[in-house]
Amino acid sequence: MTTRFGIAVLVVALLGSSAAAILIGAVALSPGEVWSALWGGTNDTNGTIVRDLRVPRVVAAALIGGALGVAGALLQGLLRNPLADPYVTGTSAGASLAAVLAIALGGVTLPAVLPLAAFVGAIAAATVVWRLASLGGRTTVLTVLLAGVILSSFAAGIVTLLLVASDRLALRLRAVLGWLLGGVSVTDRAELLTAAVIVGAATVVAIALARRLDAFAFGEETAATLGIDVERTTLAVLGVTALLTGAAVALGGVIGFVGLIVPHALRPFFGAPHARLVPACFLLGATTLVIADIAARVVLAPAELPVGVITGLVGGPFFLVLLLRERRRVIV
Amino acid sequence: MSVLSATGIVAGYGDRTVLQGIDLSISGGEVVAVVGPNGAGKSTLLRVLAGLLQPRRGSVSLDGRPLSAFRRIELARRIAVVPQVFETLFPFTVREVVGLGRTARIPLFGRVGRADAAAVDAALGDLEMAALADRRVDELSGGERQRAVIAMALAQEADVLLLDEPTAHLDPAHQLATLDFIRSLAARRGFLVCAVLHDLNLASTLATRLVVLSAGRALRDGAPSDVLRPDLVASVFGDRLAVIEHAGHPAVLPLPQRLRSSERDAHARSPRD
Repeated sequence: MTTRFGIAVLVVALLGSSAAAILIGAVALSPGEVWSALWGGTNDTNGTIVRDLRVPRVVAAALIGGALGVAGALLQGLLRNPLADPYVTGTSAGASLAAVLAIALGGVTLPAVLPLAAFVGAIAAATVVWRLASLGGRTTVLTVLLAGVILSSFAAGIVTLLLVASDRLALRLRAVLGWLLGGVSVTDRAELLTAAVIVGAATVVAIALARRLDAFAFGEETAATLGIDVERTTLAVLGVTALLTGAAVALGGVIGFVGLIVPHALRPFFGAPHARLVPACFLLGATTLVIADIAARVVLAPAELPVGVITGLVGGPFFLVLLLRERRRVIV
Repeated sequence: MSVLSATGIVAGYGDRTVLQGIDLSISGGEVVAVVGPNGAGKSTLLRVLAGLLQPRRGSVSLDGRPLSAFRRIELARRIAVVPQVFETLFPFTVREVVGLGRTARIPLFGRVGRADAAAVDAALGDLEMAALADRRVDELSGGERQRAVIAMALAQEADVLLLDEPTAHLDPAHQLATLDFIRSLAARRGFLVCAVLHDLNLASTLATRLVVLSAGRALRDGAPSDVLRPDLVASVFGDRLAVIEHAGHPAVLPLPQRLRSSERDAHARSPRD
C-alpha cells in the first residue's frame, strides 16, 4: 500500500465520519434539511442546531482526536516506548490540573488562556515522565507507566481537594464542574479557532521533527552520532506534545487511549517512519474521536455519555492486550 | 588526510574514573583495534573519540580542531559510529535504518534527494544487504542487524569510522568479510578506522595498529606483531593463553586446562576477572 493511497483512505474516513456526525443528533433532521441548514438557507432552529451545535462539536472532536493521535506518536517515539500516550503518561492529567486551577481562580478570560494553562501543566508532567524514563540512561516501559499512574493520582487528588474546599477558597466551583463534565460540546468559536491554530501549527512542527524522531528510536546516543542535537530535539518534542495535549484537554478534558491506539493501528500500514506516521495519526485520531463522539451521543440517547467513557471502554482492553504483547519483547 | 587525536584523556561516569590519561592519534588509512579485558575502558574511549562523552581532562581533536568546537551535525558528516547495542521496538525496514545515516545531510524540511538514495543503495550493496532492504530490522538476525547498522554508518559518508564490537554477532565468514571490507575502506578510500574488538585474533588480522587498554591506560600501541607478545598477553589477559604465529599474524589460542586447582583458584580471584 502506498502512503498516498493510505492517506487518501484516511481523509475519506474522516470526511465520512464527520458527515455522519453532522447528520446524527437528538433532533431528527433529513440530509436535505442538514444540507440547507449548513448553507444558511433554512429556518433559524435548524440552522442553530447544525451550524452552532453540530458542526463546532464535530470540528472540536476532530481537533482533539487529531491532537491526541499526533501527541501519542511523538511520546512513543521520544520515550522509545510503544505503550506511551498523553493519557497513560499522566500528561493529560497535568494539563487538566492546570486547566482546573486556571478556571477555579477565575483566570480564564480569553480563549487562549485555557489551552495555555493546560500546555503549562502538560509540559510539566511530560518533563517529569521523560526525566524518570531516562534515569540510568535507558528507558523502561514500566517506569513510564508508573510515572503516569503517580502523576494522574496526584493531579486527581488536587482536583478533588479543590472541589471539596472550593467554598472556603472562594473558587468558582460551578465553572470547574462545568468544564470537568463538559465533554466535547463546544459552542465558542474563538475557543475552537484558537485550538485549531495551536493543533495545526504543532502538527506541522511534528512533521518537521519526524526524521529526528526516527533516529531517537535507536537511542539518544545513536541519534547524536547521526547529527541530532538531542537536547534541543527533546525539548522541541516535549513542547509540541504539550501544546497538542494542552489544546486537546482544554477543548474536551481528559480523554484516554486515543493517542495509544492510533499509532499502533497505523504502523502495520504506514511503517515506523514518523514522516508518514504523524499525518496518518492526525487523520485517524480525528476520525476515531468523531466516531466515539457519535457513540457517546447515541448509546444512551437522549442522555449523553462523556466521550472519554467510550474511548476508555474500547482503549482499556486494547491497552492490556498491548501490554501483554510487549512484555514478551521488552524487559519491563 | 584526516587525523583524530586524543591527548591526556581522563574520563568516567559519576564518581568512577574509567580512562586515566590516554594519548592516541589515528590518521586516515589506519585501522586501529582497541583491545583489552572487560572494564578496561574500551567503549568509554570510543565514546570520547566520538564526542559523545566529554572528557574530564584532555581533549580530542579532528584535523586539529577540538571536537567540542564542532556542531553535532558537522561531526556526523565526519564521524560515523557503529554502536554495540542497536535495538528498537518499532518496525523500521533495513532501507529506512540505512537512510537514517543521511540525517545530517538532509535539511529540516528537506526531502530525500538523489544523492541520498544513491548513498543508501551503495551502502546496502557494500554490506550485501540489498536483498534484505525491505525487511523489518527488528525481525532480522543479530548478524544481519549488525550489518544493517554498519551500512547506516557508511551512508553517513563520513571519513572517520568508529566501531564498538562490530562483529560480535556475526558468524566467522561474515566476521571476516566485514572486517576485510572495513580494512578496504581504510586502504582504498582513506577512512580512519578505530574499532573496539574482544577477539584478539580478529583484531590482529584486521588492524594495522593495536592499542591494548588495561585499567584505563594504554599499555601498548603498535603493530599487532609487536603488541601481541606472550608476556603482554599473559599480563593483561591471563596466563591461560598461548601466542603463536599464523599466516604472518600473531594468533592467541586458549591452553588446555592443566593448571593445578590451587593455581586456578588464585587466578580466578585476580582482579582482572
